[in-house]
Amino acid sequence: MFREFVVRSRLLAISFVSLFLCTLSLVLFVLSIADLVLIAVWVGIPLLIKEIAVTRWLSGVHRKYAGGLLGEPIDVPYLRIPEGGMLVRARAILADPAYRRDVRWLLADGTAGLALACLGVAEGLLDMLFWWLPPGHAVHAHARLSRALLSPSEKSRLALRVEQLTESRAETVDTQAAELRRIERDLHDGAQARLVALGMSLAMAEEQLASDPEGARALLTEARTASSDALAELRSLIRGIHPPVLADRGLVGAVQALALASPIPVTVTADVPDRLPAPAESAGYFAVAEGLTNVIKHAQATSVRISLAHDGTALRAEVIDDGIGGADPDRGTGLRGIMRRLSAFDGALTVESPPGGPTKLVMVLPCVSSSPKTSPSSGTA
Amino acid sequence: MRVVLAEDLALLRDGLIRLLEANDFEVVEAVDNGPSLSRALITQRPDVAVVDVRLPPTFTDEGLRAVIEARAVVPGLPVLVLSQYVEQLYARELLADRSGGVGYLLKDRVFNVAQFVDAVRQVAAGGTAMDPEVVAQLLTRRAGDRPLASLTPREREVLGLMAEGRSNAAVAARLFVTEKAVSKHTNNIFSKLGLPQSEDDNRRVLAVLAYLND
Repeated sequence: MFREFVVRSRLLAISFVSLFLCTLSLVLFVLSIADLVLIAVWVGIPLLIKEIAVTRWLSGVHRKYAGGLLGEPIDVPYLRIPEGGMLVRARAILADPAYRRDVRWLLADGTAGLALACLGVAEGLLDMLFWWLPPGHAVHAHARLSRALLSPSEKSRLALRVEQLTESRAETVDTQAAELRRIERDLHDGAQARLVALGMSLAMAEEQLASDPEGARALLTEARTASSDALAELRSLIRGIHPPVLADRGLVGAVQALALASPIPVTVTADVPDRLPAPAESAGYFAVAEGLTNVIKHAQATSVRISLAHDGTALRAEVIDDGIGGADPDRGTGLRGIMRRLSAFDGALTVESPPGGPTKLVMVLPCVSSSPKTSPSSGTA
Repeated sequence: MRVVLAEDLALLRDGLIRLLEANDFEVVEAVDNGPSLSRALITQRPDVAVVDVRLPPTFTDEGLRAVIEARAVVPGLPVLVLSQYVEQLYARELLADRSGGVGYLLKDRVFNVAQFVDAVRQVAAGGTAMDPEVVAQLLTRRAGDRPLASLTPREREVLGLMAEGRSNAAVAARLFVTEKAVSKHTNNIFSKLGLPQSEDDNRRVLAVLAYLND
């Protein structure tokens, strides 16, 4: 009885709030039409920007309530408003397909919505008296109206997608260019310089061979050391580009090798196809490696679990540690690097890391497998 | 001593043949791909095989797979695996049959001819020769709740040098201690790892294996 009372008073309260919000919608609709006229005399531009901020807040409130009531969140359709002058921002707002939809929604919410809110109040009051009647018809109808008008249109969805893709492509291109620069620098300062030194030692040894055999021998030893050093540098560079064990054994073998080299004990469980497409293998490997490096550097963990799974459409990798937690993707360059790697594949990283731990990284990387699934394997390093 | 050699780069293959023959090894067959290697190992039954990890046709870990398969047929067939890079994972797989006669070295170790030849002989005699880089990777790992946690730092150091294939005398020379001190360390290592009295060589292999599996 008491529960029923709470539910019904909540519905009534929502109707009262709606009454107020729908009136606000109507006011905003009138303002937005006035804005369009005032833009001709410039005053409309700052007004438009202010008015849009309020509209988006208001539609956000409706999305949240309607989504909650209907048990299914409503996506936000807006494109990012760029930095810059008012004119730039106003133009971006007007070009966003979501703007027209919002204006239409303001009108609908200010009229039909307002009517539903009035009905809602009336129904809510009646429901308080007639216990046996099922409550909340008007409130639900209003929520459905909001959903129909506020969820992103196909056009908005595509525009959002284009925005996302443009962003991730730019990031991928930037990262790639930076990577190439780093490799060039490493080769230039490292292996290449050592090969020059090696050639010089050999040339000098050749010259001294007859006159000073002992000196020549020392130079040859130097040359041998220089070639060893050059090889060591090339090895570490190659590991950073594409680890040979990844080429040999695929993702699972490479992650197992990674686990073996870790200073913290790592358990690896894997249930993925033998081989995945090479780009996915590489991105998956480096994402996991970055995650593990993060754990080693910051988490103060005593053990790590890595699990790899593939459901036919996407690779899912988890890195779970028992450390101190508090990992924040907005601050850590490591986690941002993982996001960048995954975003090129439409993948995603989620971080659960409450202060005090434990930390759980979940990386999802969409990719189809190129070989049949092998039997699950697991092991402790 | 009869050697089978597998190396796909002609330049390196010729260099290795020259180097081995100059040191009284007889290269009975030199091959340049995985399938030929598998066949040569079984038909030739060499005293030791020197094998490059990456071979045609797949250019992945063909050589490694070939020697592991061959050792399943000919237990303890001595193999020295050479590679441009070393992975602890591969070292473990090579030693997994616990029968010794296994070497795993970076290709650059060939530059030091005396040490390389020593390693080939060590492996042929049933010992192990792990690359110092494999050992170094192990030393960076933190000792936790593991069988090796009970070893003292000095004992771990001795075990690392054993993994590289050094005799007690060589370990002693390296650590500037007497051979007697080293054999005391090795006995401690064996008893801490629960390795029963047996032929010393085999215990060394098992200790190294415990080390790699830690």
